[in-house]
Amino acid sequence: MATLQLRNVNKTYGSGLPDTLKNIELKIESGEFLILVGPSGCGKSTLMNCIAGLESISGGAILVDEADISGMSPKDRDIAMVFQSYALYPTMSVRENIAFGLKIRKMAPAAIEEEVARVAKLLQIEHLLGRKPGQLSGGQQQRVAMGRALARRPKIYLFDEPLSNLDAKLRVEMRTEIKLMHQRLKTTTVYVTHDQIEAMTLGDKVAVMKDGLIQQFGTPQQIYNDPANLFVASFIGSPPMNFIPLRLQRQEGRLHALLDSGQARCELPLGLSEAGLEDREVILGMRPEQIVLAPAEPNGLPSIRAEVQVIEPTGPDTLVFVTLNQTKVCCRLAPDIAPQVGETLNLQFDPARVLLFDASSGERLGVVGGAQAEVHAGNVAQFKGR
Amino acid sequence: MHNQLAKPTLNFSRIAIYATLLLACAVYLIPLIVMLLTSFKSPEDIRTGNLLSWPQVITGIGWIKAWDTVGGFFWNSVKITLPAVFISTLLGALNGYVLTMWRFRGSQLFFGLLLFGCFLPFQTVLLPASFTLGKLGLASTTTGLVIVHIVYGLAFTTLFFRNYFMSVPDALVRAARLDGAGFFTIFTRILLPMSVPIIMVCLIWQFTQIWNDFLFGVVFASGDAQPITVALNNLVNTSTGVKEYNVDMAAAMIAGLPTLLVYVLAGKYFLRGLTAGAVKG
Repeated sequence: MATLQLRNVNKTYGSGLPDTLKNIELKIESGEFLILVGPSGCGKSTLMNCIAGLESISGGAILVDEADISGMSPKDRDIAMVFQSYALYPTMSVRENIAFGLKIRKMAPAAIEEEVARVAKLLQIEHLLGRKPGQLSGGQQQRVAMGRALARRPKIYLFDEPLSNLDAKLRVEMRTEIKLMHQRLKTTTVYVTHDQIEAMTLGDKVAVMKDGLIQQFGTPQQIYNDPANLFVASFIGSPPMNFIPLRLQRQEGRLHALLDSGQARCELPLGLSEAGLEDREVILGMRPEQIVLAPAEPNGLPSIRAEVQVIEPTGPDTLVFVTLNQTKVCCRLAPDIAPQVGETLNLQFDPARVLLFDASSGERLGVVGGAQAEVHAGNVAQFKGR
Repeated sequence: MHNQLAKPTLNFSRIAIYATLLLACAVYLIPLIVMLLTSFKSPEDIRTGNLLSWPQVITGIGWIKAWDTVGGFFWNSVKITLPAVFISTLLGALNGYVLTMWRFRGSQLFFGLLLFGCFLPFQTVLLPASFTLGKLGLASTTTGLVIVHIVYGLAFTTLFFRNYFMSVPDALVRAARLDGAGFFTIFTRILLPMSVPIIMVCLIWQFTQIWNDFLFGVVFASGDAQPITVALNNLVNTSTGVKEYNVDMAAAMIAGLPTLLVYVLAGKYFLRGLTAGAVKG
């Protein structure tokens, strides 16, 4: 149990090369679950290796419980890690795998025995203790890898894409199990993934990374509802957010977005009136679930008629694709609606939840809707400070 | 389907295959048979019979005489080969470990230069090596010869281990470092236990090379310290007295048996080790 703070961490592999990590700044409290998420090559695994001490940092500091550990060797940091490939020692039994770190640390044999038994019970792998890693299934290897990390009772756990080698069903099971484990043990955890569902479901805090920069650091809700830029908005959410390029128009002092489905047009009034936004290329962001079927009686919210082009029933929802402003737009509708292809639907949006991005830089424009301005400001300060 | 596969049909092509195989087998085995037969013959027997005739009287006199002559040199070879094989294998393993798991600036270049040693003809290193041994005060000593064999073998053993360790995920080493293990603990507790097949390959390869070596033996060892290959040559190439072919053949068998034995005992590991890198992904 420890706090973890990264203070202006930089990493470069050579003076001529681009920086792998740029001014990484974040802090998590004791017991929090931090997710590092981003596409491959964004630096998230490098950052994790830096925290573990497997790679050195070029600048800044890594603090655990306010103490700088950036100069320490990995074994002195009291950090345990679960690897993507599990990295179980192939010639050792499961018992020896779990006990290895304890033996190296010169723990008494009786205490080791006790600790192995505790961990094995916790992960329900008691019956596997005598086996070699090669005789285990992927899910079992995953448990042993977690057991090896748990046995040392470290200050911080690191998980490096631990579920990516499992099949889809097992991945969901283990995800729940990791969450359950964290709820019981309350250990500070850093978890690297490229899977945005894992990021949303597991994290107390999420850091979305791209090109060695933290694009946004916040709670999963902040990341989802109030993304700092186009990249975060597009990376988080499945099916992804719809992006409609258009120009804004000012009418009676308020900004409007004009939507065109080919059949009809709709003026979407936006909740902001900042100067300089009109007559410039912007991108309107709308999550699929924010587009709903308009009720029979008008309720004052803007609506538009559009032709259904593709239907993808997923079970719990039906994804309906229409075209707005020559862009394919996904709407997540209730499964009982089930329209036919070619049918015309009357769709409705909540203008307060629509997001605006600058078309060239991808940055969020203004702050729309329910998000509190000061929260948002703190949220994206990081990004702007690059 | 399975029955068809399991039932061999005897037709012309199959007979041709077996005939070719038997012929190849004979070509390889006849010299060995001639040696064995001759070694158990008496000198009269050799003079009267032909190469492949069965001995009239089976006698061990050739073997006893041969052992009297080359027995001491046999132990010289053991004393040279065993330390040279084990030390070069161990150092090769360490080199391979560093070159894969603890890469340093220029390690690729270092490996490239080391590989050069694999293609270096023996003759080119004779003078520099003897000069160096002389400076070290190790000229004409068993230690000196062992050192030459170790250094010359390093290129091969390093190549073997480096390629084998390339297929070992480096996450293993990283996991062990986080578990608190140091450089040598990781090597001895995690990597070496995984390396049995390649260790076997290395041991067989080095044993065969060093035991069968003649050139280094004749150049860097002298008198009573010479290895059995040199002694065998001295025995067979003497120009005085009557040629005792039974003794020559027995001595040659004594000189060749250890490598044969090593291959018979550890051969299955040799094949397994050579293919291990290819199978693993």
